Amino acid sequence: MSEAAPSAAETTPSGAMIRALGIAATICGLIIVSAYEGSLDAVARNKKIATERAVFSVIPGATSVREFVATSAGIVPAGPTLPEGGVKFFGAYDRAGTLKGIAAEAVAKGYADEVRVLYAYDPEKQVIIGLGVVSLHETPGIGDKVRTDRDFLKNFVALDAHLTADMKAVANAIKVVKHGTKQHGWEIDAISGSTVTSKAVGKGIRDSTAALLPKLLPFVGKLKEGK
Amino acid sequence: MNLLPGTNPPSNWAEFLEGLWQRNPVFVMVLGMCPTMAITTSAINAISMGLATTFVLAASCWMISLLRHVIPKEVRIATYIVIIATFVTVVDYGIQVISLSLYEALGAYIKLIVANCLVLGRAEAHAARNPPFASVVNATGMGLGFTLGLFMIGGVRELIGMGSLFGISLFGPHYQPWVVMILPPGGFFVMGLWLMVFALVRARRDHGLAAQTQGA
Repeated sequence: MSEAAPSAAETTPSGAMIRALGIAATICGLIIVSAYEGSLDAVARNKKIATERAVFSVIPGATSVREFVATSAGIVPAGPTLPEGGVKFFGAYDRAGTLKGIAAEAVAKGYADEVRVLYAYDPEKQVIIGLGVVSLHETPGIGDKVRTDRDFLKNFVALDAHLTADMKAVANAIKVVKHGTKQHGWEIDAISGSTVTSKAVGKGIRDSTAALLPKLLPFVGKLKEGK
Repeated sequence: MNLLPGTNPPSNWAEFLEGLWQRNPVFVMVLGMCPTMAITTSAINAISMGLATTFVLAASCWMISLLRHVIPKEVRIATYIVIIATFVTVVDYGIQVISLSLYEALGAYIKLIVANCLVLGRAEAHAARNPPFASVVNATGMGLGFTLGLFMIGGVRELIGMGSLFGISLFGPHYQPWVVMILPPGGFFVMGLWLMVFALVRARRDHGLAAQTQGA
């Protein structure tokens, strides 16, 4: 026994289905593109403000921020595309145009997600002088202590990041040690109970300084001139 | 809307109130549990997510209702998802314009509104069968009911888990926060407590009605 074929009245023509999908896709496409175009400037402005606030929080006294890229050939202003092997960083200046410090982002995998921090670097003393959190989704009350734990933040008052004499590498790679066992200036004393997040912060800074500082420090004079 | 013969359709106000309370998406229909558990770590996150969902609900139901005579049933789900995803994208850009820190706090859950069963459920059950105004009213009621539900959970979790409400400290520096309330289990605890409170209220009300009937 064969099933009765559906009558022509019950079936929707293929053209009607394609037309409906086409109408919906066209209208939705217009809405999405309009929303994107309409919000582009405001989002870019918000991102710039957020970056400036983050840099000002780790470099007190700065009033303006410029974004640069350090390459093995020198320092260039950041553009829409990142040159091959280039590392982005921020130069922070005061009202007189004097370089107040350098800030760079560091990223590493934490317990729950990526931990993204911004550290301030003093090129004169070759030390890290501040730490701010850009993005953190660690366990509340445990991993998120890296934002507020005073003892942990003291690690970043003058964390040693000297380069070797030939300026090709960081002399002593920054590392995180167990709470209460810090002995050297390049060590970070972990927060007891938040070791994974502490290590993520340390690894992010170690990787970032290793990539950035050998390219930055030989040309840092150009930044001081505000060029 | 399919109605029995001789019955009148509910007024717009009744439809609005129904979503807000009688058929509350969080506490009665238990829909959209993913953002309910994940985002309600603070009152402001809860309200922001609720309002974002309300916008997506109202806008997508309006558009689906407008196109309901054009969309054949065979391709309706694909069309609804495209429309819902469009308004989620609009909300995504909108929140980036309003506040990047809020955008950071809500994270991937803004995009996941696309998969919120409350939104697709309203499109299928109501907007596809009703005129635009009634659909928007119904969707807005449901969305605000969802917002209310998220706030009731998020407010309690922030209050106990951080000792604050809307970021304002209420219990002073010596308060020891119950961190578990901010963690995922806290969402289930508070949800369970609210459901228990509503069940108790309902039981007392039913008991009172039964006593009145017997007395009469």
